[in-house]
Amino acid sequence: METAYNFKEVMSRPERLAPGHRMCAGCGGAVTVRNVLRALNPEDKAVVGNATGCLEVSTFMYPYTAYQDSYIHNAFENAGATLSGVETAYRVLKKKGKLTDDYKFITFGGDGGTYDIGFQSLSGAMERGHDMVYVCYDNGAYMNTGTQRSSATPQFADTTTTPAGKVSDGKVQIRKDLAAIMAEHHIPYVAQTTFTNNFKDLHTKAKKAIYTPGAAFLNVMSPCPRGWGYDPSDLMTICRLAVDTCYWPLFEIIDGKWVLSYEPKNKLPIEEFLRMQKRFKHLFKPGKENLIAQFQAEVDRRWDELKKKCE
Amino acid sequence: MAIRERLSGNEAVAYAIKQINPDVMPAFPITPSTEIPQYVANYIANGEIDTEFIHVESEHSAMSAAIGACAAGARTVTATSSCGMALMWEELYVAASDRLPVVLALVNRALTGPININADHSDSMGARDAGWIQIYAESNQEVYDNFLQAYPIAEHKDVHLPVMICQDGFITSHGVENIMLVEDDKAKAFVGEYCPEHYLLNAKEPMAVGPYAVSNYYMETKRAQRQAMLNAKRVILDVAKKYEEMTGRKYGFFEEYRMEDAEYAVVIIGSAAGTCKAAVDHIRETTGKKVGLVKIRVFRPFPEEELAKVLKNLKAAAVLDRSEMFSATSGPLGAEVRAALYSAKAEIELVNYFYGLGGRDITVGDFEKIFDNLEEIAQTHEIRDMYAYIGLREGDCHGNSL
Repeated sequence: METAYNFKEVMSRPERLAPGHRMCAGCGGAVTVRNVLRALNPEDKAVVGNATGCLEVSTFMYPYTAYQDSYIHNAFENAGATLSGVETAYRVLKKKGKLTDDYKFITFGGDGGTYDIGFQSLSGAMERGHDMVYVCYDNGAYMNTGTQRSSATPQFADTTTTPAGKVSDGKVQIRKDLAAIMAEHHIPYVAQTTFTNNFKDLHTKAKKAIYTPGAAFLNVMSPCPRGWGYDPSDLMTICRLAVDTCYWPLFEIIDGKWVLSYEPKNKLPIEEFLRMQKRFKHLFKPGKENLIAQFQAEVDRRWDELKKKCE
Repeated sequence: MAIRERLSGNEAVAYAIKQINPDVMPAFPITPSTEIPQYVANYIANGEIDTEFIHVESEHSAMSAAIGACAAGARTVTATSSCGMALMWEELYVAASDRLPVVLALVNRALTGPININADHSDSMGARDAGWIQIYAESNQEVYDNFLQAYPIAEHKDVHLPVMICQDGFITSHGVENIMLVEDDKAKAFVGEYCPEHYLLNAKEPMAVGPYAVSNYYMETKRAQRQAMLNAKRVILDVAKKYEEMTGRKYGFFEEYRMEDAEYAVVIIGSAAGTCKAAVDHIRETTGKKVGLVKIRVFRPFPEEELAKVLKNLKAAAVLDRSEMFSATSGPLGAEVRAALYSAKAEIELVNYFYGLGGRDITVGDFEKIFDNLEEIAQTHEIRDMYAYIGLREGDCHGNSL
């Protein structure tokens, strides 16, 4: 399965998410979908699932679909259960000889639909071990409804339901660690990734997730220009800084074994990542240095914890 | 030869599922429907059917997975009751608007508030606007017969709607009765193979299900659902006719019991019809009074014209609802029947009663009193209580007046 990553070859594959959809310029969600679907062998068929969110309303607005593959959207909180039904139908129709083609099953949900409202449905689908990939395109808030806080929102982020104000520094709580929770389901493959290094990390992990038999979970940091407040052209820079500050470490858990995918030679201070985003603007006011220090301490704590797991 | 058996209503439904051998069953336990997935799981465990069971973690996921499976091209079944159906609520609408012929075995149970596990119709009546066909049963025999008719109705090309096969929790679901079962090969042939026209796993034609439909499109989808519901009326009768040819058992939108010359009638849904029939027989034998019963089988689509035709020349009728809707004027069946009579320009006396909420018994004596009331109403043209509960202790739980 492991072949050398050929950027040109991968990028020249036919698009499975057609252009003309309504996602914003500089949106990480669309980039995640394109690149995960590129990891399918071009000859393989797939059914794509989707939780309600920006992605769904922008890519399947009746009567147009942006998907070359069969696609199903059901509701906000049930992308896991819905695709588990499709995958089960596939197995039984194959068993009964009513179907000969081979299919792969991939579903996408934002962090709201995955960490929060769809958490139970996701957990059930993973626990039952359906041969499917659940991809969370994590942009750290409910972006479709206008940047409300989710359990994936980082501490101190200014969102529309945790606004920074005279007596508020933004979100109070730290992020839920969903990749670790999925690993505790003891499924064969879990990985965390984002857009770095010509998409090599994302491509490789998506391919493993798709072609590992059983349930797999991918957590892909997918920045949102409107919710985070960055220039659309800075998408790739933001992702690189998230990785080099160790805010968003790259790792995978293969059959329970934690593997670190990348360790920056020079771990950058978290300010580098935070400064580019309007949602953290209030942290750079005089007198708020302690908040950045607190943010840095949490990043360091999680990074050290992860490194121990990967030893 | 048909098979003579003794089965509970849950066993009867499970047996029908075994005969149909559907492709996928996602289900979650809830009293009193739990036995249905248990029986099916046993059939699977013993290799009697090759249905795939999905052990979902909630009823919301049960209906979500059913939608996924059915959209993928699989014949799909699930079962639930009460709060289980309430948790499916959102998904009931999705199944109907996606035009997926999912069949749901509903064992009617009161909705929680306070929690109660016994029969009433608040679960399915609350879902009456979800776009599902709803078919109710008086007995174990009827729920079995209805279940075998469900897929031919749901999957008909002019319908493509989900179907709810309802029976009263514990009363029929757990009560064991004599039953006539159709032979396996005949049952299979009657239900037929599921050959969907469009489905996700059709390699020749990828499809997308569940779009975002803006206001330019949403209304047309609803109109198409309504057309399917209108078409379902014809299909339900066609399927019933074929079923009668096979079994000799006749079904329609409703059953008329001793209505040929009736002057007074009760309109009711479900198992209490049996008790009412005993009252009708007793009154006719002892007093000669012309009383009858109309038992609604198909509540969605609602057989408005057909029902009005049967009721419009009565002196008085009582509609009995087994669920509240707190409109402070009537129950769901009462409102439908009154509307039907208004459309037919019928001017009969009509009264609406509530009974059996949370499983409270209704007796032959209660029905006799109802028929007495109807006679009095017809004579005086005065309805003293338009909104009465049968068998209620007046006052609050401690006997204090409300």
